[in-house]
Formats: sequence, structure tokens, C-alpha cells
Amino acid sequence: MAGHSPTIDSKKLWGGGFSPFNVSYGKIMMWFFLVSDAFSFSALLISYGFMRHHFEDSWPVAEEVFTHFPFLHGDHPLLYVALMTFILIMSSVTMVLAVEAGHRMDKKGVVKWMAWTIVGGLVFVGSQAWEWYHFIHGTELGALQLADGTVVQWLSDAKNAFVYPNGIEVTGADAAAMIQSGTEVYGANLTVNEYGLPTFGDFFFFITGFHGTHVFSGVVLNFVIFVNVLKGTYEKRGHYEMVEKVGLYWHFVDLVWVFVFTFFYLI
Amino acid sequence: MDFDRTAEYVSHHSEEEGKKMRKTIWVIFWVLLGVTTVEVSLGLVWKDLGLMWEFVKWTFIILTLVKAYYIVAYYMHLKHEYKNFIYMVALPYIVLALYLIVMILTEAVYVKNIEGIM
Repeated sequence: MAGHSPTIDSKKLWGGGFSPFNVSYGKIMMWFFLVSDAFSFSALLISYGFMRHHFEDSWPVAEEVFTHFPFLHGDHPLLYVALMTFILIMSSVTMVLAVEAGHRMDKKGVVKWMAWTIVGGLVFVGSQAWEWYHFIHGTELGALQLADGTVVQWLSDAKNAFVYPNGIEVTGADAAAMIQSGTEVYGANLTVNEYGLPTFGDFFFFITGFHGTHVFSGVVLNFVIFVNVLKGTYEKRGHYEMVEKVGLYWHFVDLVWVFVFTFFYLI
Repeated sequence: MDFDRTAEYVSHHSEEEGKKMRKTIWVIFWVLLGVTTVEVSLGLVWKDLGLMWEFVKWTFIILTLVKAYYIVAYYMHLKHEYKNFIYMVALPYIVLALYLIVMILTEAVYVKNIEGIM
């Protein structure tokens, strides 16, 4: 083909020597990495779906587990996680604004927006730590783990009657004997979960933990690039493509949270 | 040193183009914020409104996919890449993820049912 049209624009129709996708090597590799990482998260969320369907009758309702909000008393389901989502969306906006400033070679703009992105990332990680603290710490009332391992909730502060996850209530002498042989549990870890099935806690720690690790490493990467921007490395290089690459990673982290938010907290 | 000749692929744009892009960025932000607000409010009130859980669940899933589309298409700029590149990135993921979802959730229901029998 090249023989017939010697004036071929290799940027439009691939004639060799130029990326067929008109995208640099580094950016293509970042996309490949993100696709593979998306599979890791999908595997986690889909196996969560497996357990969820499998234990449909006794799966804890996330809305009833995560009800805390800083400085507020009482139950506030969804509010805190909505705030976390807002923070992450906001930091996604500041990131894409940094990329846009980079396209104009506007160093000051890149510095400003990247700084805000890093702040947003740190606030998000901090929020997650706060949520973990409350989940691990649990409620004041706690719950009862029966001798067969089932976790049941107290009916009142008196702790003399309880209710199964499927709604069956046990009171009186029956309850007293079962309470005797059971153990009280508070909060959640990898083996015990006062809100119900321990598997719920395992998935919570693994999925939000894996995502939190991504956010944290995103903050570190952003910081490294931020320092390079300050030093003028990309100004000298003539382009800010590194900002674009960490930007891709950062948006991916936001994208994953969109799915975690839906499948862990909403559904 | 730029061994991979990155500079050849980098796009720069002018002040006016930048203005337009910033406008798009903020429009997408309001879309994402609006969709999230709808999701959260629906999560809080669907029981009081007496809506069917199946309906609410699928609304959540569709709204999530809408958000994902806007993030990937605009913030990650995938919409403006070459078509072949879009297919290369999106298709393997979509096909394999759908396959996994169908297989594993079917299996979950099956395992639950045979446990009830045994």
C-alpha cells in the first residue's frame, strides 16, 4: 500500500515506524496494566457476588453495618460512604484538570491541581481508616455467637433474648441455655464478625483494603510526579505525559470505587 | 532521554481549546455528582416508597455503568483514542467479565440449592 501512496501520513494510516494506535508505549502499557488490574478487582467483586448469592438469607445488610458519621450520633446509613465517594470524584476532577493544564504547558496549573489531588487522596485514605476503625471496634452492645457459629443479634440491652438473621426470635429458657453456651462478640476481624457472617468481614477487609492500597500507591505516585513537576523535569522535556499516565491510574482507582460503592454498600 | 519517542504522540492544545475542555470536565463532574446523589437518595428512601428491590437493584447497576462510562470515556480520554485502541482495551475486559459474572452467579445459586437438598 505504501508503494501506491508514498505521501501516506503514518500518523493516520499505519505505515510502520509509528504507533498504530497513535499512543505512546508508556500509555499503552499503562492501559494494559489497568485492564489486568480491573480483572483482579472484578474477581474480588464477583466472588463477593458468589458468597452473597450463596448466603442470601443471612448476609448482613451493609446499610445497617456502616451507620457512623463523624461528630454525629445515631444512625446515618450511606451518608459517610457517600462523602467518601464525593471526595474521590472531586480528586478525579482535580486530576483531569492537572492533565489539561499539562497540555497547555501551564506548570503553575499542574502544580495546583496535582496538590489538590494528593490532598483528596490522603483524605480518602484517612476516611477509610476511620471506617475500618469503627468496623473493627464494633458496637457497644455487641452480638452473640452461638455454639454452632451462627451470629445472632440481641433483642435488647438486657441480653436475655436474641434474633436469628432470618428473623426468628428466641426468648425465655431456650435463649438462656443457648446464651450460656455461646460467646459474646464485639466488632469484626478476619474470623469473627458481630454483624453476621465472618465472610462478610473478610470481603470487606480484602476489597476495601485492596482498593485502599491502590489509593495509597496512587498518592505516592502522584507525589513523585508532583515533585518532578516542581523541579521542572517535564517543562524541560517539553510535555507532561507522565501526569497523564498517573492520571489514568488515578481515574482507574476512582472507577473501581464506583463499583465497590454500588456492590458493597448499595446492593 | 525519551527512548520511546513519547514526544511524537503528545498532544498540546491552545488556551481556547483548554477552556472548552475545562467546561466538559466540569459538566462531567456534575453528571457524576448527580448520579451519585440519585443513588444515595434511592438507597435511603426506596423502602419508604415501596419500590421493588429488583427494580432498585437494576437501577443501581445501570447508574453505576453510566458513571463508569463517563469516567473512562472522558476523564480517561478513551473516547478520543483510535477505534482499534478502544476495542483492544474494552472488548477483552467486557467479554471476560460478563462471562465470569454469568458463570459464577449461576454456580452460586446452584450451590445454594443443592445444599438445601443435602
